[in-house]
Amino acid sequence: MCENCGCGATGEDTIGISAGHESREHGHEHEHGHDHAHEHGPGAHHGHSHEATHSHAHSPEAADSDPSLAEARRTVEVRRAILDKNDRLAERNRGFFRARGLLVLNVLSAPGSGKTAFLRETVRALAPQLKAGVIVGDLATDNDAQRLRETGAPVVQITTGTVCHLEARMVARAVSQLDLAGLGLLLIENVGNLVCPAAYDLGEDLRVVLLSVTEGEDKPLKYPPMFQAADIVVTSKIDLAEACGYDRDLALSNLRRIASRARVFETSARTGLGMDQWRSFLLAQCAERKTRDPLGPE
Amino acid sequence: MQDALSLALDHARQAGARQVLVIRLRVGALSGVVPDALQFAFEALAPGTLAEKAELAIEPVPARFWCAECRGEFASDDLFAECPGCHRPSGELRAGRELEVASLEIE
Repeated sequence: MCENCGCGATGEDTIGISAGHESREHGHEHEHGHDHAHEHGPGAHHGHSHEATHSHAHSPEAADSDPSLAEARRTVEVRRAILDKNDRLAERNRGFFRARGLLVLNVLSAPGSGKTAFLRETVRALAPQLKAGVIVGDLATDNDAQRLRETGAPVVQITTGTVCHLEARMVARAVSQLDLAGLGLLLIENVGNLVCPAAYDLGEDLRVVLLSVTEGEDKPLKYPPMFQAADIVVTSKIDLAEACGYDRDLALSNLRRIASRARVFETSARTGLGMDQWRSFLLAQCAERKTRDPLGPE
Repeated sequence: MQDALSLALDHARQAGARQVLVIRLRVGALSGVVPDALQFAFEALAPGTLAEKAELAIEPVPARFWCAECRGEFASDDLFAECPGCHRPSGELRAGRELEVASLEIE
């Protein structure tokens, strides 16, 4: 279930993970056992200081048999972030990725901004020097996975059913299906959606948000949380800029307002425009990661 | 909302609640969360739980940004955060992405 839009069923059974061959998933062992911070906040004690009541309060039977407790309206402090569980799993993913020296990108955009084509060309451009794997999320079909497999890269498709975003645990399961041998880069193509995926950390190093020139220059103003969370913004389909009257200055100035810290790349997956710069950037990031990360590969 | 509800129910059960009267959520202006959607999801999920009759109280948390030029925080309801002092845009959000269960009223 998405915290933002309330979409989707909660059942894990709606999530499909496919590496293109018959596979068995692992990794929901951490569904339980994360509920350690059961601190009883100050509110559980204040104003109800009779110890007898409190000491019985842990058991439902006690509550039933103690009329004074049953009637007492009281406050329980919780103060726990709702995304806590996802954030913890995302940190696990991050640790796993770091230990393997993988650079991980979470690639987000509206549906139809060109994520798949962009990633396909990214994989191709890097192929001689850097091997990339892809995890791709969609509500249904493995069409994107098939398009990406044309590159020869290992691809795992996550079908989310009715869930509008990827979560850290889905990525953990998908990674267990991916052949990581020799991979230096993991590209995660999120579900096409500019709203909910912004709230879910997957354990990535960099968030890449695509904005195609056909979408309108004000997209960053309409969906600020997504663009604010971006480390990199890629303006895609730049070959169509003229045809659709794209106002580059306006788009860049809107991006600077919302995503002031993001690096911007202007690309066309179709003509290859701008892909060289993007490729150099990724190679530099991977090299930097290997030298600086003590947990990186030998 | 499912996660919010199970978090609330866990805490309520530990405190020996017979029912949950109020669930207080803190929702940041930039959390991306639509309160109406939360309310809708809550009404769909709560029946049959301890929180069946609970009221969902949503406390909005305004967005606050940091301006590196002026070395100060400023509030912005406008999502395009521009420092009122120097009129530079700020991308550094100090508050406003919260999404948490703050407390419960139980009995």
